Amino acid sequence: MIEDDHSPSLLDVRQITKSFAGVAALRGVDLTVRAGEVHCVLGQNGAGKSTLIKTLSGVHQPDGGTIHWQGEPTTIASPVAALGLGIATMYQELDVVDGLTVAENIFLGHENARGGVLRVAGSNRLAGELMTRLGHGSISPKTEVGTLSAANKQIVSMARALSHDTKLIIMDEPSAVLDSEEVKNLFRVVRELTASGIAVIYISHRLEEIRQIGDRITVIKDGRSTASGLAVSATPTAELIRLMTGRDVANVFPARVPVAADSPVVLQVEDLGLRGEFSGVDFTVRAGEIVGLAGLVGSGRSEILETVYGARKASTGRVSVSGTALRAGSVDSAVAAGIGLSPEERKSQGLLLDEPVFKNITLSTFGRFAVGGVLNDRRERDAAVEQIAALELRPDDPDRITRTLSGGNQQKILLARWLVHGTRVLLLDEPTRGVDVGARAEIYALIRRLAAAGNAIVIVSSEIEEVLGLADRVLVIGDGRVLATKDSTDIDEHGVLDLVMKGSAA
Amino acid sequence: MSEQRSTVAPATESSPRGGGAASTPSPLKRLMAGSAGRNLGLVIALALLVIVGGATAGERFLSIDNMLTIIRFASIIGVISIGMTFVITAGGIDLSVGSVMGLATVVASLTAVQLAATQTSWVLMVLIALLVGMAAGLVNGIVIAYGNVVAFMATLAMLVGARGLAELISNRSTQIVNNTGFLSFTRADFIGVPVLIWIFVLVAAAAWFLLNRTTFGRRTVAIGGNREAAKLAGLNVKRHIVYLYVLSGLTAGIAAIMMLGRTTAGTSTHGTLYELDAIAAVVVGGTLLIGGRGTIVGTVLGVLIFSTLTNVFTQNNLSTSVQNVAKGVIIVVAVLLQQRFASRGKSS
Repeated sequence: MIEDDHSPSLLDVRQITKSFAGVAALRGVDLTVRAGEVHCVLGQNGAGKSTLIKTLSGVHQPDGGTIHWQGEPTTIASPVAALGLGIATMYQELDVVDGLTVAENIFLGHENARGGVLRVAGSNRLAGELMTRLGHGSISPKTEVGTLSAANKQIVSMARALSHDTKLIIMDEPSAVLDSEEVKNLFRVVRELTASGIAVIYISHRLEEIRQIGDRITVIKDGRSTASGLAVSATPTAELIRLMTGRDVANVFPARVPVAADSPVVLQVEDLGLRGEFSGVDFTVRAGEIVGLAGLVGSGRSEILETVYGARKASTGRVSVSGTALRAGSVDSAVAAGIGLSPEERKSQGLLLDEPVFKNITLSTFGRFAVGGVLNDRRERDAAVEQIAALELRPDDPDRITRTLSGGNQQKILLARWLVHGTRVLLLDEPTRGVDVGARAEIYALIRRLAAAGNAIVIVSSEIEEVLGLADRVLVIGDGRVLATKDSTDIDEHGVLDLVMKGSAA
Repeated sequence: MSEQRSTVAPATESSPRGGGAASTPSPLKRLMAGSAGRNLGLVIALALLVIVGGATAGERFLSIDNMLTIIRFASIIGVISIGMTFVITAGGIDLSVGSVMGLATVVASLTAVQLAATQTSWVLMVLIALLVGMAAGLVNGIVIAYGNVVAFMATLAMLVGARGLAELISNRSTQIVNNTGFLSFTRADFIGVPVLIWIFVLVAAAAWFLLNRTTFGRRTVAIGGNREAAKLAGLNVKRHIVYLYVLSGLTAGIAAIMMLGRTTAGTSTHGTLYELDAIAAVVVGGTLLIGGRGTIVGTVLGVLIFSTLTNVFTQNNLSTSVQNVAKGVIIVVAVLLQQRFASRGKSS
């Protein structure tokens, strides 16, 4: 545990425990929060995050352990007591009242009144000031909350937290209801809050968010804090995964299966180039093999994948599948030869978000289930349901609208699409972007099984560890060139970065 | 390899995370939240118009004859709107349909009048009208798909160009078609219903099947929903876009034949501003202007609403200026309602 005490701790929780009907939810959690920091609490579903929050916000009373607030031993007897101390909580389910105005929501429970008569003008003015402080002065305090977007409701919820004399705001998975642009705005607001000395406890299971917004991390697993107060910048992702899942990264990634010596070359890329992006790319992938492209953003790795697929038209070189050359710049020809791509931007490049799951799974193959151009819904749906079961898609409803699924399950839809099609080559661009850590191991295992089924797989990821952990062979890409080709056991993250740095310097 | 399907055995070791205890709405609720609910709104709007018509014009409005008049009035713009529905569902737009229809009436009537005046030749005239429409659509489609020209501009150019061409060819004169075979066909009744209406019904039924039950329809919706995803899934997006504009041109050609039958005249001024009526009917019907969702039933109802509105106003001797104001209001209200439904659908 890292403890460097330049600033006094605002909240100091030691070894708290809590059981419900004999089932231990918290078995000993330590948490130290300083004024003005974003303290992330990380853990898989069911690890005890929600119980911890409810204990801190006065909903539950701990069975054991101590809580110090601003250096004084404290019991947080009720939600009102928590607010009195200066601890406000924003729950995941937005707890605003749709029928009331912004100002009425903000002052709900502590209305600005004299002798029971509401001072509406005063409330509206104060509410306006709070909204302005949160960068949303354009939302009128008189607006009915039901008309606001989820993101703006969250801002109202935050303004309510600030309407008390708040020193600590607990945010329970605030990004769950937001899109990426709204998340950026949320982060901006959080930074402004912490700059003014307010501490934030940020609950999430999305590692990339924690990297962006967090100062320190406490990791909870099975009701225990496995690490408390780690500096975000000094903790590698692999370490966080180990703390969260109890498995080493070596165990997160499935065991490699040696590729048979007589396994045929399926994908052959020769002297491939795209003007202004990359040139002279040569590699082969054998059946059952996973090859990774490692490099920084802008190195050309995604462009290489898209050119192999024909989504961009190569200016030099050629791509062959089992010895047959593909037509350059033709996705049809690549797909017909048995290549499938899972694109980098799943939502904008991969899915029909407002269509049901089964239509997304059969997007490449629905014609196969048709007779004379007339669709056969039943056969099509059967094929999709088969994959939904095989890939353990959750929920397993083929008619569910795709937008409502988690990132990990949306990724599975793309893999299912190519399983129905029957591919020989799979190109996977950022297969775990936006997928939470628990689901990642599942996706990794799935990719390995696809390889074992005889596919030649090429994977691109901005997380070098992921490429090294998953691939059999790694191509290090920098400045649009292949800088080195290595067995992934012969090189580590530093080795890749060294090559990239040297490559760009040359 | 095309028929082989690899399956992956379920992972033996899987995390026991919650299997989505998502609340499944009742089938009726599901249906109402979908297209049926939207169409019900249109049916109610149409019913209200009929009630207003009955109350203000009585028997004159409610007679079977008048009802058939309303539908016959709707049938030409209806056929055009059905082609437009496909284009808009795929995220495109076709502004040229009105003037392509005009051009098709001119070319077809000239053929009939000048080249082949025999009584049996009217089938040739029909074919020529269809070909002219499809050819214009082909040009639109190629310019849009392979020339990467925005659909709005490409079809705007066709709107202007086709109108000009029609004027050049006809020398701004009107050709009268007096081919009795043709006229007796288009003016006939079948089971008491005029042939023009039958054409509309058949086109609508075929279009419904095409959009909802065929690979063509699925591709159309996929391209409108996410063009990039459709392309990366291996669909031939460009070729399909060409087909869509050819289809739109074909419906303009069919409409041209119906117009020749109704007016007996081929002229370059036929179809002026029809594109706007068609777009309004499609969007009021519930097809998303940005693509990804299309409804033939909605389009038919949209066309009927406008046609009934016109009839009610005419029966009450109100001017076309008043009609236009009412049309404008209806379009705005319909789109506002659609947006409310759309945002509610997303938040639930």
